[in-house]
Amino acid sequence: MSDIPSELRYSESHEWARIEDDGSVIIGITDHAQSLLGDLVYVELPELEINIKNGDEAGVVESVKAASDIYSPLSGEVVAVNEALADAPELVNSDPYGGGWLFKIQPVDESELTDLLDADGYEALIESDDT
Amino acid sequence: MLIFEKSQTQRQAALQAPDIVDTVLDIPKELQRSSKAVLPEASELQTVRHYTQLSQKNFSIDTQFYPLGSCTMKYNPRGVHKLAMMPDFLKRHPLAPLKQSQGYLSCAYELQQMLASISGMSTVSLTPMAGAQGEFAGVAMIRAYHEDRKDNARNEIIVPDAAHGTNPASAVMCGYKVKEIPTGADGNINLNTLKAMVGPQTAGIMLTNPSTLGVFDQNIKAVAKIIHEAGGLLYYDGANLNAILGKVRPGDMGFDVLHFNLHKTFATPHGGGGPGCGPVGVSERLKPYLPTPMVTKENDSYRWLTKKDCPKSIGRLSCFMGNAGIILRAYIYCRILGLQGMHRAAEFATLNANYLQTRLQQAGFTLAYPERKASHEFIVTLAKEAKTLGVTAMDVAKRLLDYGVHAPTTYFPLLIPECLLIEPTETEAKEDLDYFIDIMIEILNEAKTNPELVTTAPHTLPIKRLDDVKAARELDLTWNFGE
Amino acid sequence: MPYIPHTDNDIKNMLAVIGADSINDLFNEIPAELRIDTLKNIPDGLGEMQTNQLMQEKASLDKRGLCFIGAGAYEHHIPAAVWEIAGRGEFMTAYTPYQAEASQGTLQLLYEYQTMIASLMGMEVSNASLYDGASALAEAVLMAVRANRKSKSKRILVAGSIHPHYLDTANAIVHAQGISIEVVPFCNTQGKVLVEAFATYENEDITAVVIPQPNFFGVLADVNQLTAWAHQHNALAIAVVNPTAVALLKEPGQWADGVDIVCGEGQPLGIPLSSGGPYFGFLCCKKTIVRQMPGRIIGRTVDSEGLTGYTLTLQAREQHIRRSKATSNICTNQGLAVTAATIYMSLLGFEGLKKVARACYANTHQLAALLTNIDGVTLMFQGHYFHEVLLQLPCDIDAVLDNLCEQGIQGGFNVSPYFPQLENALLVCATEVKTEKDLQHFANQLEFAIHQVA
Repeated sequence: MSDIPSELRYSESHEWARIEDDGSVIIGITDHAQSLLGDLVYVELPELEINIKNGDEAGVVESVKAASDIYSPLSGEVVAVNEALADAPELVNSDPYGGGWLFKIQPVDESELTDLLDADGYEALIESDDT
Repeated sequence: MLIFEKSQTQRQAALQAPDIVDTVLDIPKELQRSSKAVLPEASELQTVRHYTQLSQKNFSIDTQFYPLGSCTMKYNPRGVHKLAMMPDFLKRHPLAPLKQSQGYLSCAYELQQMLASISGMSTVSLTPMAGAQGEFAGVAMIRAYHEDRKDNARNEIIVPDAAHGTNPASAVMCGYKVKEIPTGADGNINLNTLKAMVGPQTAGIMLTNPSTLGVFDQNIKAVAKIIHEAGGLLYYDGANLNAILGKVRPGDMGFDVLHFNLHKTFATPHGGGGPGCGPVGVSERLKPYLPTPMVTKENDSYRWLTKKDCPKSIGRLSCFMGNAGIILRAYIYCRILGLQGMHRAAEFATLNANYLQTRLQQAGFTLAYPERKASHEFIVTLAKEAKTLGVTAMDVAKRLLDYGVHAPTTYFPLLIPECLLIEPTETEAKEDLDYFIDIMIEILNEAKTNPELVTTAPHTLPIKRLDDVKAARELDLTWNFGE
Repeated sequence: MPYIPHTDNDIKNMLAVIGADSINDLFNEIPAELRIDTLKNIPDGLGEMQTNQLMQEKASLDKRGLCFIGAGAYEHHIPAAVWEIAGRGEFMTAYTPYQAEASQGTLQLLYEYQTMIASLMGMEVSNASLYDGASALAEAVLMAVRANRKSKSKRILVAGSIHPHYLDTANAIVHAQGISIEVVPFCNTQGKVLVEAFATYENEDITAVVIPQPNFFGVLADVNQLTAWAHQHNALAIAVVNPTAVALLKEPGQWADGVDIVCGEGQPLGIPLSSGGPYFGFLCCKKTIVRQMPGRIIGRTVDSEGLTGYTLTLQAREQHIRRSKATSNICTNQGLAVTAATIYMSLLGFEGLKKVARACYANTHQLAALLTNIDGVTLMFQGHYFHEVLLQLPCDIDAVLDNLCEQGIQGGFNVSPYFPQLENALLVCATEVKTEKDLQHFANQLEFAIHQVA
């Protein structure tokens, strides 16, 4: 069973989002997503300071046999990216909700967060995917 | 050991380099090379031995059964290769005067005619250098056709989810958006889904028939009607042409353009990953857009058709005329086969595939489309075995290597889980098919009684399974000269 | 039945297993109205002996002359061992090395090739080949557009002195993706693009600059300056080079601060002229942009017991995984030609390749000296050239070439139709295979031909 922290919000395309004290939002991919992809070998992240819209492609995660687009669950400006992933993409596998975060966004509309799934909703989604 | 690790400073195959008199090299210093390149320093025997030994680490058609689905690994006749390597052909410069090129040009011209006949198309251009370049040329012609008619709103190409990855990639190279159409449960395209998908934005559709699922889409005429009525054109991916050679023609199915894979259907060598060759054929309406150069015949002599003769051509795709030597091989193969041989290629490729399919099903393997006849290939899915025994398609593929058989295509098409796409071709004898069936049964037994034997295979090859993750994370793409 | 092993008994048994009455029944899922019984224009089959006779007759029509044509394809000595080994069934009849354990021969060879060609070009990485030099340039342009994130314009500047067929090919392949290829004119007296010609682009957003060396006319340009200009303007530098010439000429990795991408035609490395193909294109780049590279790439790794092995890597760039978002649609490349080239480079070594390059240089310069002794024949351009040179003749080139053809000489390539400003321009090349006698014979016959035509 994959790990689904209750305090996070989730997209249907398997990204998670966590709001920080300063109002910025950290984004990553879920434990479920990383386990489907297998060992990651490369992560392509968005450019700093660009503005992206909710649902836009914001990067790519690559394993040996698959590549999957990352979609931003929120609209806003990219204010940080996880540079550690350049040398250690495996962090996404080992610590998807911590050291394996992908990028940080300053959202234009925080209410977009409430449109995302909560942990129960996401769990229901991946269970229905399995059947 | 790498050839570099066998090198010794100053050693060389001295005989092979020209003697040079001391000439003045009148080139400015800043344009001259000052550093050495790391090329091997080996004797001729060392080189010959090194590469001969490397060759022995390969599986090949000449040494093993190679049922790689979608690749048509049939016997590559030695006689054909030898004739194409005749010095007069090898020494011909691509820009040689026409008067000294009539032999080669006649072969190319006759092949153009034969391929047009085989495909039911009006005209053929031989120049694309591989299937993917043929696809590019084909879609580029579709685009040129719409643009020529000022029909500029068409920006989508429809591609089935089971298609070769080259199809969507080629469409994108031609500036199109790709719209994926799901395959129906019977392996055919669902006509209602298709109807809902087409419109004034549809530039065309790219199809393989028989499809990559190893079945013939019986609705193809209806598909063609829907696309044509929407104003789009139909592209035929010729990867599976060996299944229908002399039986059905893509032109009669309603296709407007196709590519051939000479290295599949016409037995030119696969070469460890090429050269291929992907001639394109078109119906009358796409003829003006064919890539150049082509060969034409005027008063019993042959000459090149270039952009000057074909102002609407999509242009040139290589410096000269593509993989000319492969074209020559395909021509010779066609002359050897002749009309009867072509019919028989498809017949026996289909017989072998259906025999294998039936026997494997009887032995307990699950077919992806048990209700359908195989074309020249078919799919076995090991989803059940993966779940119950923990043995995947990859494991079975690796274990086959231990038994001296090259693995079928694995994990393609993507929509069938744990699949093996198996294509025996017409040149394999029944005993070789029977051996394959025996070892598939044996591997299934091993999977039940000793799964680790299968999941850790291969055991008998120069190396065991490789760490692909390390290969991609810690890129080592050239030998580090300092080491 | 050519190459079909089935006996009547086999057919009977196999049909019984399938439960079909005849082979024809196996096609009954195909709608009847689509099925055909025969094909037009396909002759009856031939035995191997008759085929030999047919092809010998065809080959005899392609009379071999003494060839002084270069223009993108070069006649070099090919050691016998090259195709003896490359022609082994284990290399020739294998396919793309998807099953690494059963393909270590091809994979290790390709890794060695990547090392050799990257080192020759002074670059960090190489792929396992593209189709040919011209299509490799098209792929290099597409790659540059992906790799140069600072540039949004998709504008590529190409030296006008590049092979015209390369320009046509690149245009045909890239134009649908909104990329514009703009030609920078060459100097009509020096036959090369000068850095001054870029002045008009001083304040523009340029994605990449394409720099040939030697160029189509055999002329050597000031590639350091051109590379520096590209980098000063945030454009990538793409070199198009001849692999023989690079043994003597500065490798692109050392042009100014080093080009970003190198491509070119691999044919000079042991591939016969053979009417234009199969050849192979090479493509090398800086390691920082390797993920934008198209085509197969081989990496070294270890197996489950720690033994060294070789495998296809970075496959997530490729069409079979990435589909519509792949770096290119390329799948099959030119494996067999690369096999030959690797063996060629191993036999020649760097010292041998340098000797080949020097001999080509010497022969072409000697030829130019002989030919310009003929009344009315002059060098078209001032300046340095390598193993090809553009001559101006006092009369129509086609007529001269026709006359030479009758004497068994393929006397060069008529350049004027491509560059109308260059009147009566003949491009000639003499590689290491030409003897002093050959050069003198050509000079005598050319003098005679000009006399006849003029």
